Amino acid sequence: MIITATHYVALSLILFCLGLVGVMVRRNFITVLMSLELMFNAVNLNLIAFSYRLDDLAGQVLAIFVITVAAAEVAIGLGLIIALVRLKDTVALDEADVMRS
Amino acid sequence: MKFYDLIWLVPIFPVLGALINGLVSNRLGLKKSVTNVVAISGSGLAWLLGWVAIGQWAFELGTHTTHVVNLFSWIQGGSLRILDGTLAEINIAASFQLDSVSALMVFFVTLVGFLIHVYSIGYMHDESDRAYARYFSYLNLFMFSMLVLVLGSNLAVMFVGWEGVGLCSYLLIGFYFEKDWCAAAGMKAFIFNRIGDWGFLLAIFATFMVFGTLEFTQIFPVAAEHPDLYAGAATVIGLLLFVGAIGKSAQIPLYVWLPDAMAGPTPVSALIHAATMVTAGVYMVVRCNVIFRLSPTALLVVAIVGGVTAIFAATIGLVQNDIKKVLAYSTVSQLGYMFLGAGVGAFVAAIFHVLTHAFFKACLFLGSGSVIHACSGEQDIRKMGGLKKHMPTTYWTFLAATLAISGIPIFAGFFSKDEILGKAFEAGAGDLNTFGSTYYVLWFLGLAGAVLTAFYMFRLVFVTFHGEFRGGEEAEHHLHESPPSMTMPLVVLGVLSIFGGLVGIPGKLFGHPEWNLVERFLEPAILPIGHAAENAEHVSHHAVSLGLEWGLVILSVAVAFFGIWVAHRFYMGPEAFARPRRLAERFSFAYRLLLNKYWVDEIYAATVIAGTIKLSRFLWEFDARVVDGVVNGTALTTVGSSFISGIFDLKVVDGAVNLVAKSYDVASREFRRLQVGYAEGYAMVMVFGAAILLGVFYLVKL
Amino acid sequence: MEYLIANFGAILFYLVAVLAVAGAVGVVTLRSPVHAALALLETFIMVAVLFVLRHAEFLAAVQVLVYAGGIMVLYLFVIMLVRVKNLRPEDAFLSGIAPLAVLGGVLLGALLALGILLGTMAAGAGAGALTAVGEETVGNTEAVGWLLYTKYLVPFEVVSVVLLVAMIGAIVFGRRDAALTGSGEGVEL
Repeated sequence: MIITATHYVALSLILFCLGLVGVMVRRNFITVLMSLELMFNAVNLNLIAFSYRLDDLAGQVLAIFVITVAAAEVAIGLGLIIALVRLKDTVALDEADVMRS
Repeated sequence: MKFYDLIWLVPIFPVLGALINGLVSNRLGLKKSVTNVVAISGSGLAWLLGWVAIGQWAFELGTHTTHVVNLFSWIQGGSLRILDGTLAEINIAASFQLDSVSALMVFFVTLVGFLIHVYSIGYMHDESDRAYARYFSYLNLFMFSMLVLVLGSNLAVMFVGWEGVGLCSYLLIGFYFEKDWCAAAGMKAFIFNRIGDWGFLLAIFATFMVFGTLEFTQIFPVAAEHPDLYAGAATVIGLLLFVGAIGKSAQIPLYVWLPDAMAGPTPVSALIHAATMVTAGVYMVVRCNVIFRLSPTALLVVAIVGGVTAIFAATIGLVQNDIKKVLAYSTVSQLGYMFLGAGVGAFVAAIFHVLTHAFFKACLFLGSGSVIHACSGEQDIRKMGGLKKHMPTTYWTFLAATLAISGIPIFAGFFSKDEILGKAFEAGAGDLNTFGSTYYVLWFLGLAGAVLTAFYMFRLVFVTFHGEFRGGEEAEHHLHESPPSMTMPLVVLGVLSIFGGLVGIPGKLFGHPEWNLVERFLEPAILPIGHAAENAEHVSHHAVSLGLEWGLVILSVAVAFFGIWVAHRFYMGPEAFARPRRLAERFSFAYRLLLNKYWVDEIYAATVIAGTIKLSRFLWEFDARVVDGVVNGTALTTVGSSFISGIFDLKVVDGAVNLVAKSYDVASREFRRLQVGYAEGYAMVMVFGAAILLGVFYLVKL
Repeated sequence: MEYLIANFGAILFYLVAVLAVAGAVGVVTLRSPVHAALALLETFIMVAVLFVLRHAEFLAAVQVLVYAGGIMVLYLFVIMLVRVKNLRPEDAFLSGIAPLAVLGGVLLGALLALGILLGTMAAGAGAGALTAVGEETVGNTEAVGWLLYTKYLVPFEVVSVVLLVAMIGAIVFGRRDAALTGSGEGVEL
């Protein structure tokens, strides 16, 4: 059994969809961000798979960038959470409804 | 100067008087004296010219002739195919006929009419000027109509007069129309008359269809010559004509209007409902005697109706307490006698009774008017009494007329009534038209009626004029004799009541038939029919022997005296009123039955009238619902369709415009919902959006 | 045993893949955020293993260092330090969304899977981790480093700036500012 890129892509797809569902479903903002991280990872996996397949290191480089940006985004996101907690004393998403009509 | 050619002028004088009084005196409210002149001259000139014309005709042309004066061609229709297939032209002329029957009618109509005009001057003295003028206008109009009726030479002109007297009857009965019951009485009279008129009209149509003409001079000879040919038609025509007579002459079942008609002024009752209008029916039957004689059935019907009415009305008159009501029922009863006479083939006797009845009944009514006038309007005889000493002229004339009506010889009524009863008995004995037994019964009814007549008329005399006055102190002071304008006609009529019957002495009883002037006078009107009828006449003539005839005469006189005696016992002397009161208590149901006139009016109201009202209400509702429903439906359809167009314009056209605006509104509202700040929603949308995009991408690619 | 040796790569892959998926399911499903964070950590490590399997060693290291060591720690810090009154484990999921979300995910996944199926995939040539730079054969890290500083220098610098901005942003967010504080009680942070 040779593990081809297809397997990795399929795995990446599964992880991505799971992350997607988690983003949509979870109530705690922190867990939403965590699901988001899952999606990032899925993308990275995809990149790496194709980088290997196509014999091009650009994929890995891109994956590095993705990781970096994801880290930045996490920092900001957690700052957001802090701010939200300070404002509303909650991290439940359905209670962050100031802009809802 | 051929006055008989001017016979058409006789009705013209009264109608001119009516027009002048009605349009001028009434409108301008001229004084009574002016009205008097016009009215008196109207009727007086008619009387004068009438008598002169009759006289000249009788002497120059002979009483057996028929003089027709054709004025102008009145109705010209096209041609009509009549029953025997020929083509008859509708050509009705306005023409008048002077023969023995019409001459006799004109004779007493103009005389009595004139006398009543004179009487009315005194009686209606208290009315306002305009009402006075109106009264005389109507009275003159009545004279005109009656004269047209009796002078007409064909059924159409007669019908004009027939309708005219009906109209005048309505106008005069309802003279005091401000009072509801007077107006109602007028309507009642007119309506019942109208029912009869319907029959008359059908008879006119039938006559035309059978004979092709309406002229008397053309119908009767033709019918007389072919009795077998026209027998069936004659039955139909005769019965229909008699329906008219029932209405006009107040026989059963259409008599109910006559008692109510007493609501009118008393002279009106005298003229119209005693002397003239009600006798028009008898005149018509006698005029068409050929038709009736062709149909034994019709004759029998006439006789039965007449006989039954005679006794029926007499029973009601026994207990009535209103002086005019007693006289009214007496009139109905006497009219019954006249038709009884006609029904047994004694047409001459019937007309003779018309004549004598005119004299004594008019006298009775005018006398009662005088009494009412003296009693300040009181009509209840129980509140009268002892008037003999206060109004002697009235009393004596009234008594004379009462003797006449009771059939006491030699007073007027005796001769005519006796002749009718005799002829009825003869018809029975001679088995006229094989209905012999029926005629016997009718004779007996007539005889019984004579007893009752004598009784109730003398009851009237005794209660009103004898004994003590029962009307109270104040009324007693008012009692006075009437003015000459009222008493003078009374005297004339009283004298006529005494001697007027002598023109009809039954000479054959004495072996001198030629003494019966009336019979000789009227004979030409009774055309000989074929040959068979003559034999029948002979048969009946010989059926009753002279002795039997005398016996009948004595019998009827005896019963009349019996009636008078009973009345005397009941209402005169110290025991007055006690006996009748006891009798009334013992037979209380019978008494109430008679007093309430057999409740005929109530029965009519409950059945015919109620039924008619229901029917007309139903038809009215049908009209309102269906017919108006159709009309309304059409209107509604129009409204509806225009409504729909409006809606269409509003909804569709405006709707399109509004829809555009609304779609913007809705769309923007919906799209706004995307931006609610509902993050999860965003995520969902993104996911599904991506899915859709991918789907589209694949689709396109593939 | 021969099977195991012959297909070691495949077996390892499947094992690691299953564990990664399990971790992912845990992230999505577990009610307590701490549990979810740990599951996520597990997934990260599995992903790092997968990177190694694809000869992306440097990236695997970076993954573990940054993700597992930095980001996860951060998450755990925040979870534990944010004392929120009404955060109960029962309220872990938004009400009513689950079916629709699963549907959406499945739909998208299916469509994407379709794409995978439709794409022609030849067996990977498997070359490449050791990319030749010049004539020498270098390791993965060196190779990536060479690319980063030569070919992709500009993105590298830009990413640095992004990191700087993120830092500043985080500081701004974290500031105890009167304007930021709402009606609720503050958190001792």
